[in-house]
Amino acid sequence: MADENGILLECRKVSKLFGDEGKTQQVLQMIRDGVGKDEIQSQLGAVVGVREASFDVKRGEFFVIMGLSGSGKSTLIRTLIRLIDPTDGEIIVDGEDITKLSEEGMRNVRRNKTAMVFQHYGLLPHKTVFENAEYGLRTRGISQTERREKAQSAIERVGLKGWENYRPSALSGGMQQRVGLARALAHDPVILLMDEPFSGLDPLIRRQMQQEFGRLQEQEDLTTILVTHDLDEALMLGDRIAIMRDGEIIQIATPDELVTNPADDYVASFVEGASPARFLVARSIMSEDPITVRDGDSAESAMNLMRERKIWSVFIVDGSGKVQGVTSWDAVQRAAQSGSGTLTTSTSGVRKPTTCDPGMSIDELFPLVLNTRHPVAVLGERDEVEGMITKNMLLEALAHDIDYDEDEVEAPSANGAGTTEQANTEVPSV
Amino acid sequence: MFNEFPETIEIDLRTRVNDAIDWLLSTFGGVFDFIAAVIRTVLLNLEDVLTWLPWPVVLLFIAVMAWFATRNVMNTVVLTALMVMIGMFGYYELAMITLAIIIAAVFISFIIGLPIGILAAQSDKADSVIRPLLDGAQTMPAFVYLIPALMFFGLGRVPAVIATVTYAVPPLIRLTNLGIRTVTQSAIEAATAYGATPRQILRDVQLPLALPTIMAGVNQTTMMALAMVVIASMIGAEGLGQEVLLAINRIDPGRGFEAGLCIVALAVIIDRITQGFADQYKESIS
Ligand SMILES: Nc1ncnc2c1ncn2[C@@H]1O[C@H](COP(=O)(O)OP(=O)(O)OP(=O)(O)O)[C@@H](O)[C@H]1O
Ligand SMILES: [Mg+2]
Repeated sequence: MADENGILLECRKVSKLFGDEGKTQQVLQMIRDGVGKDEIQSQLGAVVGVREASFDVKRGEFFVIMGLSGSGKSTLIRTLIRLIDPTDGEIIVDGEDITKLSEEGMRNVRRNKTAMVFQHYGLLPHKTVFENAEYGLRTRGISQTERREKAQSAIERVGLKGWENYRPSALSGGMQQRVGLARALAHDPVILLMDEPFSGLDPLIRRQMQQEFGRLQEQEDLTTILVTHDLDEALMLGDRIAIMRDGEIIQIATPDELVTNPADDYVASFVEGASPARFLVARSIMSEDPITVRDGDSAESAMNLMRERKIWSVFIVDGSGKVQGVTSWDAVQRAAQSGSGTLTTSTSGVRKPTTCDPGMSIDELFPLVLNTRHPVAVLGERDEVEGMITKNMLLEALAHDIDYDEDEVEAPSANGAGTTEQANTEVPSV
Repeated sequence: MFNEFPETIEIDLRTRVNDAIDWLLSTFGGVFDFIAAVIRTVLLNLEDVLTWLPWPVVLLFIAVMAWFATRNVMNTVVLTALMVMIGMFGYYELAMITLAIIIAAVFISFIIGLPIGILAAQSDKADSVIRPLLDGAQTMPAFVYLIPALMFFGLGRVPAVIATVTYAVPPLIRLTNLGIRTVTQSAIEAATAYGATPRQILRDVQLPLALPTIMAGVNQTTMMALAMVVIASMIGAEGLGQEVLLAINRIDPGRGFEAGLCIVALAVIIDRITQGFADQYKESIS
């Protein structure tokens, strides 16, 4: 039952309190009144695990939950399949409010829709790696041959082939974590819930696993909710990231927005270690006011504009605003001195421009920008020129990145404000 | 005049109790007969097998089990030697008869104790009823257990087994309860997350993980059953216990000492072997 806007899971004002149940209503009222976690704890002795968390996760989305230790991430992700019953709020999975489901109904959701990877592995210590991997299939009563096949393939995907008949206690922490991942993979879920699944892995395996799950997300019709401490992981894998503090979600944003536009100092301090190049896209480094002239406009006026704004390239667009050509100061100057004095796509020195989408990543931009003398046009939805990117802008963005990593200077400010200036340094050959 | 309690306000509980027992016996006589028949059959067969086995086979069996349980040459030698000692005192056959009673009693204790322990672990309400009963049972002198057994089953080995079971079952219930309640929450949570039913959780997670504790319970039950053999012999259990009892009656301390020593030897052999296996299993799952 696909929701119209593709929302698969939705949390509406979910709260979880720990402590005296008699005071639940009182505490919920205090939460609604905006009383802080510490104050509630000192006044009533109740611990607010999660506080009015609202978010939605779209089908196929990779949703990340981040926050410091004790901010309620594990509590929140557990409430999503009611391993912890939320004290208040609604959780809608596939159009169904699971907070209202019976035990039996909830079991069906867990059997057929979700799989969970636990922060502390949650393996069955008396069962072998293989038996652990197939456990989810076993509760569903799936035939032995199918179990064997699925569990085996999951074990191989996490790189544990050859360990099938060992007990978890014979494995290192990282390997145990991978058994947990294999169990989730074999279960073949619609929604994969992962609580810090990669934190115990060494860097090499962690990268492998992150890539494996990133791939999985794209290949299969999988929706993932990931809890993590690791900013790089969040930025690399997440379509959107929710930041939690004291049980509360304080910002939900795409990686790009999060780094360039943190909601407050807390989020800012969270993302300050981010290396922008990895997730910067064309839009965030482009200059937003390239010079465009109509096909057939006078070259003289184009020259005036270029002098005035000290930008030494110009895009030629047609009547509907579609970009047709690009050229530099030299060619414009020559056109001005020639017969008609107009600038058209057939003027000598005018080239077809290289174009890109606003969402293109730096990696992809590199060859485009480096393989042309002219700036690359960033096209909007109707192929209009939304911005441009020069070699300098690209280098500038990377330079900030390097500066940042090595010297801990400020991150580049939002939307590449400093980068238009850099366009000026493209020296005109007057 | 206050030297004698007035007869007019005396309560005659004993006749009522006896009447009640008579009533129970006449109404549920079939049930008691059936229970007695089952126990007697189990017991006789066990006894037959154990006394039929050639002693070298029994010694070999003990040696092999001791080796696999402890993986220690010294322990294996000592435990086997204890059995040889029993034989040298001339109590081999009586020891086998006692062993049959012990095995039957432990087996029945297990069948009764495990479900009660599980029930206590899964329901706090049941626990709050069962726990005081177990506490009470523990403070009761062992002799008291002879009375109900006698009342319902008369004299013989069947009531002896039943008295032994009543005396020995509490630690098994207690430790089954404890074992299940202390299974790590994370394993239960994981099974729940993958859609396991309470029954599946019990079967796949709680019982296997509680097994070391349950085995400790079985071990304690066995030790208590052994402690009961002398007392149980008062209502007709044969074997080493009866030998001790006879020694007491005939004021023959030497004989009593020998038989007593054999009971201790039997206890040590069973204890070491079962404990060894329990430890190994525990090791493998931790
Ligand atoms: N069973 C519980 N009883 C009482 N308080 C609890 C319980 N479980 C969690 N809490 C509290 O709820 C808050 C959130 O805990 P939670 O485990 O969700 O944090 P987390 O973000 O996952 O932390 P970490 O990154 O260390 O795993 C903490 O303040 C914790 O003390
Ligand atoms: Mg956590």
